[in-house]
Amino acid sequence: MSPWTYFRDHQSDVLHWLWTNAWLAGVPLVIGLVIALPLGYLASRYRWVYPPTVTLAGLLYTIPSLALFIVLPGLLGTQILDAINVAVALTVYTVALLVRVVADALNAVPSDANSAATAMGFTRRQRLFGVELPLAVPVVAAGLRVAAVSNVSLVSVASVIGVPQLGSLFTEGFQTTNYAPIVLGLILVVALALVFDGVILFGARLLTPWQRAVRAR
Amino acid sequence: MIRFDSVTKRYPDGTVAVNDLSFEAASHQITVLVGPSGCGKTTSLRMINRLIDPSEGRIWIDDKDISKESPAKLRRGIGYVIQQAGLFPHRTVVDNVATVPFLLKQDRKQARAHAMELLDRVGLPPQFAKRYPAQLSGGQQQRVGVARALAADPKIMLMDEPFSAVDPVVRAQLQDEFLRLQAELGKTIVFVTHDIDEAIKLGDHVAVLRVGGKLAQFATPAELLSRPADSFVAGFVGRDRGYRALGFTVADELPLHEESAITLGSDLADAPRLARDGWVLVVDAEHNPQGWLALTGVPDSALQGEVTPDLLNLGGTLAAQGGTLREALDAALSSPSGRGVIVDDDGRLVGTVSPSEVLARIEAHAEEARHAPAEIGTS
Repeated sequence: MSPWTYFRDHQSDVLHWLWTNAWLAGVPLVIGLVIALPLGYLASRYRWVYPPTVTLAGLLYTIPSLALFIVLPGLLGTQILDAINVAVALTVYTVALLVRVVADALNAVPSDANSAATAMGFTRRQRLFGVELPLAVPVVAAGLRVAAVSNVSLVSVASVIGVPQLGSLFTEGFQTTNYAPIVLGLILVVALALVFDGVILFGARLLTPWQRAVRAR
Repeated sequence: MIRFDSVTKRYPDGTVAVNDLSFEAASHQITVLVGPSGCGKTTSLRMINRLIDPSEGRIWIDDKDISKESPAKLRRGIGYVIQQAGLFPHRTVVDNVATVPFLLKQDRKQARAHAMELLDRVGLPPQFAKRYPAQLSGGQQQRVGVARALAADPKIMLMDEPFSAVDPVVRAQLQDEFLRLQAELGKTIVFVTHDIDEAIKLGDHVAVLRVGGKLAQFATPAELLSRPADSFVAGFVGRDRGYRALGFTVADELPLHEESAITLGSDLADAPRLARDGWVLVVDAEHNPQGWLALTGVPDSALQGEVTPDLLNLGGTLAAQGGTLREALDAALSSPSGRGVIVDDDGRLVGTVSPSEVLARIEAHAEEARHAPAEIGTS
């Protein structure tokens, strides 16, 4: 049986799984970024905040995903099969990955630009939104791309705890020793990761016309 | 007017960056702070817009104690130019210039239009407006930096080594344009440099600081050259200050000699008739001097064809009528014919002058200076 035949026979299931996989990876990405931005800012602004924050983030990232999926219901009081556990777990990973990226990106803003902004009468807040964050976009976007593809693939693990998404194609393939769903699952996971990557890349380009101008020189 | 009143900056580790500094930077003039590394000149500058607050003493702007003003508000009223321009890499040139008007919530369209005028003022063509800073050369970035500092039309401009990161040719160009701009705008400027030549060229007044942040001398450039307050200032001002001081004395009443000149493109055979001491001055159709033509030892038979630029000796410099004694002496000394060429404001030939005649003027001037009242006891 070819992956394509498998897809035709299980079209509605597969599309549903694809969609679940997309939002389970995408929503944590957005929420993770929103949480990582202020944390990263604090770590860049106060030198003493940086080491513990980055160490903690690194530790969080080393927790095996399966363990997190199983522990979270106990912590959150959710059902073990609830998809929300997966979303929360992936948010944790996204934050862990991005906190350091945001802090380093803000630290890498040219000090000339920062001191010029201060000297011209930017308040701290105006400087953050008008100078530091725009200049941090390329580095943060690069970190976001890593988090995005990592999320898309991590979601598959959730099939082990019974949240149906593209990972279900793999478990099914293993159980029935049928390669068609496995190959189909691989294709769809990679395609989804590429779409996420493309969207972030496109967004970053829109936000940083200055980078292209410099490269074109 | 900016007044430093016994200002001291002491850091927690005990280092004293600025030590009991008092001086007044006059309105509409350029005051240069100059000194070696570690003399506290930049610290002093940054205290004016409260990037650094003094440990002791007060700074006044037009009789307002700046420690009583909100730093952000104070800074928006003070133009600030730094060494590497410090432009925002993510904003176009025109938006960089309009930074402070945008901060002050002025109408964006109007702010951009005004920014375009300023770009023109600092000598940048309009097609640069939409570019990003990284697409500009160092000198161009520095011009944008100056335009940006001028955007909100501040009364005061602070400039921290603005021209030291560009090559010497561009630097001289930027300095000249800066002086021209200042002649039009009349801002109150405090300018920091480690380059004494720049200080002397640009300053109406120069404050020489020594390591440890103590004021060594506050004087006009001419005074600094002719009467250094102590051996530190004398050493810092450097050699040939006697010669450089001539740059501050106007060479009025130089005895000019009429000089017959030959026009480019005319017949070479006419040259001997116009020459004096074997040299003839060559001018173009507008009577602008082009160079000297040597005739000594040249047989008449060789004098065929036209006077062309490649025949000329270009060694001599030109001095402007009403220029300084330094220019006049340099023109006389550098001229291959021994006759210094003097031109009018449009660069047209007025006459020539000999080195001894310029020296006579210099001596006469020195004579007057010698008989000026002494300053012993007046400090």
